[in-house]
Amino acid sequence: MKTCLVVDDSRVIRKIACAILKELSFNTEEAENGAAALSACRRKMPDIILLDWQMPSMSGVEFLRALRSETSGQHPIVVFCTTENDVANISEAINAGADEYIMKPYDRGILEAKLAEVGLVQPR
Amino acid sequence: MNASDLAYLANVMRRRTGIVLAERKTGMIETRLAPVMRRFGFRDAGALLKELHYGHEALIQAVIEAMTTNDSAFFRDRRTFDEFRDIVLPALAVERAETRHLRIWCAACAAGQEPYSVAMLLDDAGLADKGWQITLIATDINSHMVARAEEGFYTQFEVQRGLPIRRLVSHFTQDDDKWRIAEKLRRMVSFRTFNLLDSFGWLPDCDVVFCRNVLMYFDHKTRLSVLDRIGEILAPDGALLVGPAETLVGSELGYFPAESAPGLFYRSRPAPLRRLLAG
Repeated sequence: MKTCLVVDDSRVIRKIACAILKELSFNTEEAENGAAALSACRRKMPDIILLDWQMPSMSGVEFLRALRSETSGQHPIVVFCTTENDVANISEAINAGADEYIMKPYDRGILEAKLAEVGLVQPR
Repeated sequence: MNASDLAYLANVMRRRTGIVLAERKTGMIETRLAPVMRRFGFRDAGALLKELHYGHEALIQAVIEAMTTNDSAFFRDRRTFDEFRDIVLPALAVERAETRHLRIWCAACAAGQEPYSVAMLLDDAGLADKGWQITLIATDINSHMVARAEEGFYTQFEVQRGLPIRRLVSHFTQDDDKWRIAEKLRRMVSFRTFNLLDSFGWLPDCDVVFCRNVLMYFDHKTRLSVLDRIGEILAPDGALLVGPAETLVGSELGYFPAESAPGLFYRSRPAPLRRLLAG
């Protein structure tokens, strides 16, 4: 079973995302900011990270740059999941090493489609 | 809405579009008719359907459009597009190397996601940049859908189903809360409202026809008629792509399934496309 780390400063959003991911047969872990997410990754690297942008104590992009510069050799899939929906933001995320990008608000269908896009669930 | 109203609606749909309505889906039918009721000022679906008897053409057209299924997504059933990109297109690039002209028809394009997905793959292949002429025709029975497709605007929800983020950035422009398909791709597609029961006479001979997730709504006779008429305009080495679960068994003209490629059929056998695959 794949593990997904959900990184968001909103407890409600983490809860909703984790509920959907569990329905899709993922193990889930949670972190409320980039710094906590980096610590979690150093303890045990997840298969995929759902990542918010604006968070206190290390933003999503700062976290992603730090993650991609880690020398563990592991390269988890990172999917941004954010209200920062401008092309400039999307491009910045891709350049920082994001694999996919979900624009909030989203639903189960979109999350499932994006997980299929990165090869973690079967496309419908 | 009583059984008689429902039977009359089913008859109109079958005669006008070939679409067979499932009688048990009364709730779905009423939901779809609700916007038409509001638009034409009817108090309920029964009153609307009674008015259909008088042959008010604008009303009939509105009902037909409301009853058609327009659900779609970019690169829906990804495997079909992989087959087009990896099997059909490379073979045609060889077979049409002299004429350098490709003719593709998307027969039921809904809001345009299918033809624009095809256009993205053609753009990736760079054929137009190499001087190829691309004729990409997209039709749908629903004029509102065709108008939407021509405009090429999509919601945030629509562009997040089936479209990799890198394609969104490279093939769309942002316009407030909407995303618009790039002008280059929009110009590649010619849209037209078209009922598959009508004459195919205006269509050119085609190298590829996409007719996905539409035949299943037709009765057997209509399905055969559409398939046979597609066969008449499809080039001898042309390819027909249907939905992965759809079958062409029974077509009088005959289509030949590609091996290990669900939903891909050839007009004739042996075809140059197949020789290339075998080689």
